[in-house]
Amino acid sequence: MKKEIVSLKDVTFQYDGQERNALNQVSFDIYEGEWLAIVGHNGSGKSTMAKLLNGLQFPKEGRVTVCGIELNEENIWEIRKKIGMVFQNPDNQFVGTTVEDDVAFGLENMGIPREEMIHRVEDSLNRVKMDQFLSQEPHHLSGGQKQRVAIAGVLALRPAIIILDEATSMLDPRGREEVLETVRALKNEKSLTVISITHDLEEAAKADRMIVMNKGEVFREGTPDEIFSMDEQLIALGLDIPFSVKMTKAFREKGIQLSKHYLSEEELVTELWTSRSRM
Amino acid sequence: MDISLSHVDYRYQANTPFERLAIQDVSIDIPSGTYTAIIGHTGSGKSTVLQHLNALLVPSEGRVTIGDREIKAHKKNKDLRQVRRRVGIVFQFPEHQLFEETVEKDIMFGPMNFGVSEAEARIRAQHALKQVGLGEEILVKSPFDLSGGQMRRVAIAGVLAMEPDVIVLDEPTAGLDPRGRKEIMDMFYQLHQERQLSTILVTHSMEDAARYADRIVILQGGKVVKKGTPEEIFSSPAELLQMGLDVPEVVRFQLKLEEKCGMNFNKIYLSIEQLSSAVAEQLGRGVKS
Repeated sequence: MKKEIVSLKDVTFQYDGQERNALNQVSFDIYEGEWLAIVGHNGSGKSTMAKLLNGLQFPKEGRVTVCGIELNEENIWEIRKKIGMVFQNPDNQFVGTTVEDDVAFGLENMGIPREEMIHRVEDSLNRVKMDQFLSQEPHHLSGGQKQRVAIAGVLALRPAIIILDEATSMLDPRGREEVLETVRALKNEKSLTVISITHDLEEAAKADRMIVMNKGEVFREGTPDEIFSMDEQLIALGLDIPFSVKMTKAFREKGIQLSKHYLSEEELVTELWTSRSRM
Repeated sequence: MDISLSHVDYRYQANTPFERLAIQDVSIDIPSGTYTAIIGHTGSGKSTVLQHLNALLVPSEGRVTIGDREIKAHKKNKDLRQVRRRVGIVFQFPEHQLFEETVEKDIMFGPMNFGVSEAEARIRAQHALKQVGLGEEILVKSPFDLSGGQMRRVAIAGVLAMEPDVIVLDEPTAGLDPRGRKEIMDMFYQLHQERQLSTILVTHSMEDAARYADRIVILQGGKVVKKGTPEEIFSSPAELLQMGLDVPEVVRFQLKLEEKCGMNFNKIYLSIEQLSSAVAEQLGRGVKS
């Protein structure tokens, strides 16, 4: 049975001085160990949601529950130990003068004993494959490497949940792949729950589940297969569809019969190969 | 206005222990009215090349020609203002540079800084705002009350109001959602076509380069490794992949079809439309439509 680790119940939020609610009656659950992708146009409320999940903002109405604890101003420090965030800009979240200092920063804040700290710094840098860079300064690193250090900083705090808030959007394609590979491996070996807020539809297609936000509300929730079969509707929402789905569509329009909308290029190629060998 | 870089080297912090050669022997011709994409990974030297395009950097070796101005290494290069007025650069996240009280004042700042009268700058602001697809009602608003997408458009209008002959775009769609991305790219393409505005797109998106540019320059490790039309560049995809560069998704997919399905195409297709037609033709006849 899937166990919920985060739950939002009728959450409404409004920024000061704004007329419209940034989030309006939002309810959904996030399950332990899943990779959930949250997509939506700019201003759909995605990032506001991330801020509510670790107490950077509090809902005007409704409840946010993380690991069974209802979030309030007294327990945010407890909650923040459970949720780690990686933000968009690699340069804005590097606080240390070297890679190892940067990872140690969060641990020092939590008063972790030195012995334990050394162990955790090494271990987390090892996991993101940055252990060769311990005493490097940030300006010697690529964007993807900086984001991996940021992830190590989060991991060192041993969170149950990691939130990627457009964490790959400023990276080049290679850096993006590095970061996603790292998080995928961590999720599998440590049963981390991953919440990825993203515009990258190719990335979302590989998630376990997706939530589509529109104008501050949950528009649709489902597996990537279900979500991307919405097709034109997604484009109307200001989003896009992954390449292989577009390709499938174009093939069908040209009279090539295919059994489904493919989210993976490999599967699509395989079916084309099968239909070709039948000729 | 033509721009050309001829055998340009650039060294950061020259004559110090921190000296670093960022670009080496870079030669690029950008004829008037063309749409050129400059592609490369982080650290490939893209930004350094970009800053030579309007003389923000002066080459350590070699020569940059911008219209009738020559900017040479080891020379005093005086009064570069006129060059900078004619080559407008839209930097990454240009909305971070907005600062004025109103949208109108912000757009007027650039032209007035280059000596345009207030009355003329006001007319230009209205015009530029229309070009970026925003309504006049926001002229009186504070730029900081706008949405992210609107702020970016206002910042772009500020560059257009200087009426440059060449526009340089540094990852202009970073951080926008897919619709916003397409709208901005289509807008620049329209400006390029309607006003014969030379456009230089600095990007790591092979997709955008294949879709919009008529010429592509690929930088790697501070050197030009390839240049040509999109068809020429992507005609040898295996070579690009070997160099650790990407190819557009359509090209990658065509390669998979060739490898795994044993299909043979006699050219590289750069759009889904073309590739699907070619595949349909090959499968054709045998498959019921």
